Amino acid sequence: MPYSTEFLLSAYRTMKTIREFEERCVKEFEGGNVPGFTHVSNGQEAIAVAACIDLSDKDIIGSTHRGHGHCIAKGCDVGGMMKEIMGRSTGLCKGKGGSMHIADIDKGMLGANAIVGGGPPLVNGAALAAKTLGTKNVALSFNGDGSANQGTVFEAMNMAVVLKLPHVFVYENNGYAEGTAANYAVGSNSLTERNAGFGMPAECIDGLDFFATYEALKIATERARNGDGPTAIEAMCVRFDGHFIGDPQLYRPKDEVKNARKNQDCIKIFRERVIAEGWLKAAAMNAIDKEVMVEIETAVVNALAAPHPDPATDLMSDVYCSY
Amino acid sequence: MTNHSNNPAIGGKTSLKTIREAINDALREEMRRDPTVIVLGEEVSGGAGCEGEDDAYGGVFGVTKGLMPEFGRERVIDTPISEAAIIGAAAGAANNGLRPVAELMFFDFIGVSFDQIFNQAAKFRYMFGGKSKTPMVIRGTVGGGWRAGAQHSSMLHSIVTHIAGLKVVMPANAYDAKGLMVQAIRDDDPVIFLEHKVMYDIACEVPDEQYAIPFGEAAFPRQGSDVTIVAISNMVTHAITVADILAKEGISCDVIDPRTVSPLDHEAILESVEVTGRLVIIDEGNPRCGLATDIAGIVAEHGFYSLKAPIRTVTAPHTPVPFAPELEDAYLPNAEKLMVAVREVLAAGPSGA
Repeated sequence: MPYSTEFLLSAYRTMKTIREFEERCVKEFEGGNVPGFTHVSNGQEAIAVAACIDLSDKDIIGSTHRGHGHCIAKGCDVGGMMKEIMGRSTGLCKGKGGSMHIADIDKGMLGANAIVGGGPPLVNGAALAAKTLGTKNVALSFNGDGSANQGTVFEAMNMAVVLKLPHVFVYENNGYAEGTAANYAVGSNSLTERNAGFGMPAECIDGLDFFATYEALKIATERARNGDGPTAIEAMCVRFDGHFIGDPQLYRPKDEVKNARKNQDCIKIFRERVIAEGWLKAAAMNAIDKEVMVEIETAVVNALAAPHPDPATDLMSDVYCSY
Repeated sequence: MTNHSNNPAIGGKTSLKTIREAINDALREEMRRDPTVIVLGEEVSGGAGCEGEDDAYGGVFGVTKGLMPEFGRERVIDTPISEAAIIGAAAGAANNGLRPVAELMFFDFIGVSFDQIFNQAAKFRYMFGGKSKTPMVIRGTVGGGWRAGAQHSSMLHSIVTHIAGLKVVMPANAYDAKGLMVQAIRDDDPVIFLEHKVMYDIACEVPDEQYAIPFGEAAFPRQGSDVTIVAISNMVTHAITVADILAKEGISCDVIDPRTVSPLDHEAILESVEVTGRLVIIDEGNPRCGLATDIAGIVAEHGFYSLKAPIRTVTAPHTPVPFAPELEDAYLPNAEKLMVAVREVLAAGPSGA
């Protein structure tokens, strides 16, 4: 067996946690419990987990506005996340960040980022710190097929190559930048060919296949850790929901999402594979399913009961270290 | 030489230093003291990958000259011309154990890097609920006078002063430049450090030892009781000229150099106006939503009953910085324009001076 049981169960549990968290976010948003704009990542769980499962808290990730899955994969507390998304003072960011700016520096999670393409230059900085301080830590940025067209990302890729930074660029290509198709907005049609043009190893893999994604990222991460510079991995995947919760998704063909949920579900694909290989038993995963349901239910109950921020003390704090 | 009457006494040896040298001193000493301090930007050393001379530039204005030979290219990093990536790298590194000093060769280049400054670095701490700190400095050159035209001469301090999460420093002499740069590097928040490009060669006595000047404490290069003049950066030079001319006429000007515009020493300005009742603000920025109107607003709101005359502002007009010398000269505030405004303010009101 190429993977330990513990590893497989951990990967499954984290993917399932993301799925339930996101599905519940949609429900709670629709129930009026989540203020603002929320973007969920269900359908893309395999990439987040494959990218983060071997990282330590000292390794840094930078995420996107679709960042809940990356947070959970990086070990952020699900209860603290749910509180944050509901704007409660005991949330991960004291209710000052919200879904689009959720972060946990202690876990090496440098933040979701509500600016498309905002993250990679910052992740270069984390990588530069690791290189300068000689820590052997790595940094990994999540990008979409949308941010792939931002100049900031081009700048970051070039600089990562020039300075040989330990930065793994992950492109989650779900085919849609908000409501515009990647095959329209990516002028070269191939992100990977373009990424390779920056002078770094670039590969396109099936992001629905946890194992393919994991193996590609393992090589990329090791390359970074060994001081051999950046890598770009494009992982093809499917977005189960709209750009934002409530997006009517008129731009998608009828039944696309329904079919994707049925035939392109990375968690189902994982389950089928590990059962077929004889690596895990269905019962073990079913047990995890139940535990995850309880964990998410508990997170929601606790979040709904959590205190709201107090403007008298919380509005003006945390702007500066000193002023 | 500027009177630093409110600066703590610094013992020991002093040397005549230009602003350029004073900033270089501050950077070098902090880099010696703290291995986490790095410098990055375009040609902060110069010559990377070239066959000619190494450390060819030391920054286009020579402010970082000599740092690379001492600290190496690992800590004095020549970057591609990618301002967003420069600022992003500094901000991300600052969150992960370094104290980067990033250079924007001309502060006009915030245009292509502004997201990394105001949406990222400035907001991290608040968005992340106080968990992060971003001890970074962004150095940039500002101001006109070099006939550099619209895209290399702007005075954009008001734009960054507007943004919560940033601190904005504008030294007007070498003594302050060194002490403020030391503080900027040691500070745990993102600091914008704006150097006026016509001032680099202006010298004064500067202590050889390292010292930090706290932010939010104004300096008083001239003290008086008839009229308050608030001036920043290169405008302090003009304010001193005007004050010295008027002193011969028996008129005493209280010249305030805030030194940092975020935080701003409100108290110093309000206390001065309480004595003088008359206020002129000179600022090289454009007039709308600028530092001059901001200070005028603060005094109007909190010092209204001290005023004996309307507040006057002397600023650039509402235009880009022009290229042709006669146009740029007409654009820039100067001592003559300030003198006109000060005399008007002195003559106005119920008991004109």
